[in-house]
Amino acid sequence: MTLMQKFLSAGAALAMSATAALAEPGLIIDLGGKFDKSFNESAFNGATRWVEETGGTYVETELQSEAQREQNMRKMAERGANPVVVLGFANASTLEKVAPDYPDTNFAIVDMVVMGPNVKSIVFSEHEGSYLVGMIAGMATKTGTVGFIGGMDVPLIRKFACGYVQGVKAANPDATVIQNMTGTTPSAWNDPVKGGELTKAQISQGADIVYAAAGGTGVGVLQAAADAGVFSIGVDSNQNHMHPGSVLTSMLKRVDNAVYDTFKAGTEGMFEPGIQVLDLSTDGVGYAVDENNAALITDDMTAAVEAAKAKIIAGEVTVHDYTSDDSCPVM
Amino acid sequence: MDLNTILQILDSTLRLATPLLFACLAGLFSERAGVFDIGLEGKMLAAAFMAASVAYFSGSVWIGLLGGVAASMTLALVHGVASITFRGNQLISGVAINFLAAGITVVVGKDWFEMGGRTPALEGPARFQDIVLPFAGTLRDVPLIGPIYFEVISGHTILVYVGLLAVLVTWWVLFRTRFGLRLRAVGENPESVDTAGVSVVGLRYTAVLICGFLCGLAGVFLSTGLTAGFTNNMSAGRGFIALAALIFAKWRPAYALMACLLFGLLGALENRFQNIDVFGIPIPTQFMQALPYILTVVILAGFVGKAVPPRAGGEPYVKER
Repeated sequence: MTLMQKFLSAGAALAMSATAALAEPGLIIDLGGKFDKSFNESAFNGATRWVEETGGTYVETELQSEAQREQNMRKMAERGANPVVVLGFANASTLEKVAPDYPDTNFAIVDMVVMGPNVKSIVFSEHEGSYLVGMIAGMATKTGTVGFIGGMDVPLIRKFACGYVQGVKAANPDATVIQNMTGTTPSAWNDPVKGGELTKAQISQGADIVYAAAGGTGVGVLQAAADAGVFSIGVDSNQNHMHPGSVLTSMLKRVDNAVYDTFKAGTEGMFEPGIQVLDLSTDGVGYAVDENNAALITDDMTAAVEAAKAKIIAGEVTVHDYTSDDSCPVM
Repeated sequence: MDLNTILQILDSTLRLATPLLFACLAGLFSERAGVFDIGLEGKMLAAAFMAASVAYFSGSVWIGLLGGVAASMTLALVHGVASITFRGNQLISGVAINFLAAGITVVVGKDWFEMGGRTPALEGPARFQDIVLPFAGTLRDVPLIGPIYFEVISGHTILVYVGLLAVLVTWWVLFRTRFGLRLRAVGENPESVDTAGVSVVGLRYTAVLICGFLCGLAGVFLSTGLTAGFTNNMSAGRGFIALAALIFAKWRPAYALMACLLFGLLGALENRFQNIDVFGIPIPTQFMQALPYILTVVILAGFVGKAVPPRAGGEPYVKER
């Protein structure tokens, strides 16, 4: 009897929290981990900023395996979290299935488009940000050869690569770009040993700047580049501090802003479903300059990159988006 | 492909083969004594984590090495207790060790460093430095031999050379000492060893602990030699590739070296070229990644030679009464 009462009261509490108009937001950290110094960490920073500024609380879970995606998403919705933010393209098919079952919960997905009356899709113009760091690489290279190391071989990472190559070629038409993907399974996001080995291979082929768009694998790339005394370019978060003087710059992808804005809008009842594109004009992507790399970026570079940035925003220069037609004109 | 490219690929081969080699020799000791061990991966991972952590706290990679080896040997002891003393299923115990290591490294790492299971980057004396062998610089200009010596053989961390030496030592111990003879006998026919008055349990424990020691070196090399720090699940299946190499090598030390170098070469080629053209047919990188496993299956199926495991492998020894 007492057990039954417990169940009933728990159920009632759950129902109450679910019907509460403005619940606390939820964030599902993706594989790769909260402190990957990259994509997920950026999202976590956005959530932290929201907590600091509003004094609110949010619910957070961290995926440990592919199999937990659906279960975690449903649990989050059933707990009454609203809006629920999921990170990464790999969640798309799961969200398509889960979102219609919880019409009263708002979902937001980063890096992929999912249609639904209660889903907001946040995508970034990574190709534009990669274009800018590509230009910096094209100007900074002494050997005329630069490298790109991607994580898992998926269209999103090819989008990074394609934008990067375009930027390199724009600044230095004769430059060679060596490209490698770490692998084809999710473990490619977390294999610093292979990342380091790929970096060494690229350096031995003459690359003196290596751009890593590879999550946790990038840690190995940056390390190997620092050991060999060549430059590297970080991704997603500002990674300049990891090896000061060796990380040339970082391609910023403001996942933190996306999470912060979604949390803010969602808890204030201003959630808008649909597609939101964060590009150069909204500072959704960009390149990082701070005290760790200020000496490496010359005034000429800054001027050229800022000019290109203005042109892209104005629409005078178009950077080809790999995901628009699954091909890259410069590769 | 010019000479320089070939040399760089061979250089990379040697580096990539070393963790496989340590793990493969580790498995060799254990399985030759009749204890199957699919927990190589887990032991390697635990050792990598402890080595990086201890090296970070102490600032010395040698103390880190001790920590890593100790972690691996502890897990080996667990495997020993489960499968020798309590006569449990060796495969299940191995799987359990893999899961245990994958989980516990992350949990402990999160608590210690608050970096999501990663350890901070190791610097200076907290990681193994490349050593340049004597005369590498002066011999460099000698045609052919000079570049090979300079590029391929010299300029690795000390563990690479220890790994090559370990092959020789393993062969000598297994095939030239009384201990080795008994160890092999205990994997083929433990009753005869028991009849001769030698402790089967003692021999198997020794083998399992040697396995833990070598596996530990593999893990230490991963986190302090190849990279500078631990990341979640960084062994990335190398323990299983090492098992494949062990079968491919038919449980022999010299063949183990060959198999590990071959698998290392495949890895180096795959890193260097995303697609390889062989007579105009492009071979995708995924095929190269799968090749170690394909080769193992081919060997197991008996197409090329025959791989016969130690006869008493996988069976706990029960003394007749």
